[in-house]
Amino acid sequence: MNKIVSLLCGIIFGIGLVISEMINPEKVLGFLNIFRDWDPSLAFVMIGALVVSTSTFHLFKNKKKPLFSSNFLISSNKEVDKKLIIGSVFFGAGWGLIGLCPGPAITSLALLNMNSALFVTSMFVGFYLALKIN
Amino acid sequence: MNIVNFTPITALSGGLLIGLSVALFFIFNGRMIGISGIASNFLISKDNRIENFLFLFGLILGPLIYNQITDREINISISSSLILLVTGGVLVGFGTRLSSGCTSGHGISGISRFSLRSIIATITFMIVGILTVLITGSL
Repeated sequence: MNKIVSLLCGIIFGIGLVISEMINPEKVLGFLNIFRDWDPSLAFVMIGALVVSTSTFHLFKNKKKPLFSSNFLISSNKEVDKKLIIGSVFFGAGWGLIGLCPGPAITSLALLNMNSALFVTSMFVGFYLALKIN
Repeated sequence: MNIVNFTPITALSGGLLIGLSVALFFIFNGRMIGISGIASNFLISKDNRIENFLFLFGLILGPLIYNQITDREINISISSSLILLVTGGVLVGFGTRLSSGCTSGHGISGISRFSLRSIIATITFMIVGILTVLITGSL
């Protein structure tokens, strides 16, 4: 059952990215262009997502186990360290350079866009490099 | 500052769907969605490999299903040069793995849990993203 949920959640997430237009890098760059011509849409995407996910998380976090799995698997890392900050700086730079983050980048592969395919391939190289140095 | 291209209704509706996806994944599968984590774990880890694959496959099915239902075309524009695309891709992949999260993992899932790490990560990548656009837009 949890395999069906995974597929469905992917589909819902992907459609959410399409409807909100976050799949389009220009929309994301418009949000980051706060000092010139600003498109605040991304903030509304975050608000919409956070309202649902925050309330659900806190309603269900004290249950013994999830419905289709044996236990909850939630990060217990609380340390604010150099890796967190440096990683976020690198990510922010790449995000601001192109306007793509991992979710929209992978979702946009559906459109058979060669530029997004090149971006995703490079992103996987980045994953690999980070795992190498850790 | 001028407000341009603002689409609050579709942004909010899409956001609600993204939140629904995170909520369902948590209630049923017990994990909080982070796409950089799901994508890199799919490559390197045998744990939950099929679930991770199916989620990523679902992401790609999303636009195709939307297109079938609504008959609307999905237009995206990526105008960056090839060198920038490779640089940006490597930075995003490297950075999200080093900090263990991206816009979904830190920005949505982490903030939902009130994780200080995720709040700091989100503020950091937002500020750096804004500065990057400020600099590249001035070139």
